[in-house]
Amino acid sequence: MAIAEQHSQATEASGDRSWHGIVLQTLKRNEISLVPYVPDRVLTPLIKNLHADPFFTTFATAREEEAVGIVSGAWMGGRRGAVLMQTSGFATLANVLASLAVPYQIPLIMFVSERGTLGEFNYGQSLVCRTMRPVLDSLALEHHTITRLDELEFIADRSIKQAVTTQAPVALILNPLLTGGKVFDK
Amino acid sequence: MTKNMNTRNTKVMNRFDVTSRLIARLKHEEAVIGGIGNTNFDLWAAGHRPQNFYMLGSMGLAFPIALGVALAQPDRRVFALEGDGSLLMQLGALSTIAALKPKNLIMIVMDNGIYQITGAQPTPAAGIADIVAIAAGSGLANSAWAADEEDFERLVEQGMSASAPSLIAVRIDDKPGVGTTRRDPVQIRERFMHGLGVREPL
Repeated sequence: MAIAEQHSQATEASGDRSWHGIVLQTLKRNEISLVPYVPDRVLTPLIKNLHADPFFTTFATAREEEAVGIVSGAWMGGRRGAVLMQTSGFATLANVLASLAVPYQIPLIMFVSERGTLGEFNYGQSLVCRTMRPVLDSLALEHHTITRLDELEFIADRSIKQAVTTQAPVALILNPLLTGGKVFDK
Repeated sequence: MTKNMNTRNTKVMNRFDVTSRLIARLKHEEAVIGGIGNTNFDLWAAGHRPQNFYMLGSMGLAFPIALGVALAQPDRRVFALEGDGSLLMQLGALSTIAALKPKNLIMIVMDNGIYQITGAQPTPAAGIADIVAIAAGSGLANSAWAADEEDFERLVEQGMSASAPSLIAVRIDDKPGVGTTRRDPVQIRERFMHGLGVREPL
């Protein structure tokens, strides 16, 4: 078994101080109750726990931009949301970021499970990953790559508050150093 | 246009006329999301209301945005106006809405079978696909073609008190939108939030 995978299982077993436990609690503390997603292997424990918690309305969408539309509408209606996705899903979002979230000043909160680096086994994933930060930078969007468990709560909590108060989108990129990532197993 | 399909001998109507009929029936500060291009141009031309939201881009996201509003404000009826070409971009959204079953969401599809605004090119679905059948197959049982203007108004009235999301498809002509929305996204969004009671004006 790969070290990263062992690490992942260890963090899953450690309850609330796991990366996904911290993300869930941070969402709740910031009154983010609507969480549409396009699933990802790494995000599975977070998605499972969101479904198990009645505070959250969480569901799968067919595409990531659909989820962005939903949380944008919800925010205008007074309810906060966040979107969960994988790197390749972020790559489908340039149009909706540039035509909805940014010009309408919507505090879109995105959690992106990062694939394509630190042990990627799929060449397509490693290529699409390289498009993510240039797209974020081209729109001058706030983004943070989270690698350490001890920094996760600070970065996520502060970034959510900044997004809401400045009415600007933010992307929180969950790096394999934090989550264990997805590793070649077959 | 959808001439060769089983659309129950529906009349070819006009987008601005149908949109004006919808707006005239709104008495309870219902939200209306206008999809890109002609759809929101005619919504604008039908008379601006603070509960109207006009999209600038993001083709295909009128229904997802409306779903978000509907989930945030379950006591308010939310209408979404979308073109057939736009809907084809985001057919998966129909299943998402069917799964969540927001009873306060009413979707209206303006179907002329063409990308009118780009030069009236036919959509890939023109004369081939039936939008109501797609919606029903996506799990939206409460989907229907409006036979004529009176039938459209009847379906709108039904949607006002429905216990499940509804979709109304309208065959329309190839006319362009009547007005042009003022493209000021921050003001559009802020006024919409005032209209929904989320914020007070500064």
